[in-house]
This record gives sequence, structure tokens and C-alpha cells, in this order.
Amino acid sequence: MKILIPTPLRQYSDKQPAVEVKAATVGEALSGLVMRHPDLRRHLYTEEGKLRAFVNVYLNDEDVRYLQKEATQVRDSDTISIVPSIAGGR
Amino acid sequence: MLKISKSAYDFIRRHGEETYPHECCGVLLGQINGEGRVITSSVPCGNTRTDSPRNRYHIDPKELVRIQREGRDRNEDILGFYHSHPDHPARWSRTDLAEAHWFGCSYVITSVEKGKAVLTNSFLLDGTGEGDKHLDDERIEIAP
Repeated sequence: MKILIPTPLRQYSDKQPAVEVKAATVGEALSGLVMRHPDLRRHLYTEEGKLRAFVNVYLNDEDVRYLQKEATQVRDSDTISIVPSIAGGR
Repeated sequence: MLKISKSAYDFIRRHGEETYPHECCGVLLGQINGEGRVITSSVPCGNTRTDSPRNRYHIDPKELVRIQREGRDRNEDILGFYHSHPDHPARWSRTDLAEAHWFGCSYVITSVEKGKAVLTNSFLLDGTGEGDKHLDDERIEIAP
């Protein structure tokens, strides 16, 4: 399956915009990603190993928080998108 | 330096006027080349902060996922974001910095006074992580 890397994190994925991994769940896919590109870990996970609150992980068009989170099953044809949140104001 | 097409620049300023007195928000896409970061299109987004739209904005991540995917199909990457400050200076706020997570991307802010776009400034999010991040002034060059 494919994981799309957002522009700010590509400096930690050898500048690759997408990474192919073999996985059965979202958690396995993300683990495979950080195993291959260890510098990504601290940008995606807290020191306690939880996904950072501002890191959104989508399986195709669905937020995995509203599926089975990291236990969500995936297929080879699926795409995971990582999108840090965008917010602010005066 | 952020290079932005005249049409994209005019578009984001007009968007701020249209949503006044609420904050507008959107995504800037383009390519990184020898000239730096070049914005070729801007995509308006809805502001999901309906509880406080005059001084807060938030883009639905589902919209970002779609914009990121569609940009990829056009060979455009997300290189920045824009929003407006209604009746407030075009400077980043503590909230803007706290909520900024796209390192190496531009955060463009337009001040809109009494419904009219006034200043548009850009700030680049720099740093190695959440602990030392900062927004730096960035020159905007408007391409014809």
C-alpha cells in the first residue's frame, strides 16, 4: 500500500512524496514507514509512542480515529494520507 | 522568498473580503524550483471554526487530504496556507504559531479592515520540531 508524505515531512523520507509498504493494519503501515525512515518517528509520535494530536491519518477518505484507529485493516490498493492539522487565528 | 502568481495573490485577498468579518482560509500549491517556492494555485477552504469564526480558523483535514491528492495529480505540492485577520494586523499571533505544524511552508496572512483587504504578509515556519519552531518574515514576490 501507499503512504502519502506531506511536504514538511519529506525531508525525513529521503524527499520521497510517497512510500510503499506491506501491511495488514494502519499501525503496521506506519511502523513500516518509521522503520524505513526513523527520523520521521519524533514528528509523528509523542515520546510515549502515541500519534501526535495534530497528526491526522486518513485511510483513503476516512479519518482512522473514526475507524478502528491503528488497528484498522488495510488492503494493498489503499492509500494512507498523513496531514498535520491547519488552524490558527488572530 | 515566496513567489506567487498575481491571480493567486488577488484571489486570497478577495477571499478575505468575501468572508469578512469572518476569517477565510485556504491552501497554496505549487512547485519548488531554482527560484524557490513558486505558488501557482490557491484553493479556498471552509472555516470549520463556526464557534469563533471572527478570530479563529481551522481547515477540515478531509479537505486537505483531497487537496493534497488532487495537487499530486497536477504535479503541485502543498507549499503554504493563507488566512485573514479581520480588523487586525497582518502579523502572526501566538495561536497561529502554536497551531503551525507544516515546517518549510508559508503562512500567508491578509489584514482585512472594514471589509477591505489591506496588507498581505508571509511567514515561513522554520525549526527542527515543535520545541523550537518559529515563524520568520518572508518576502512575497508577485509574478505577472
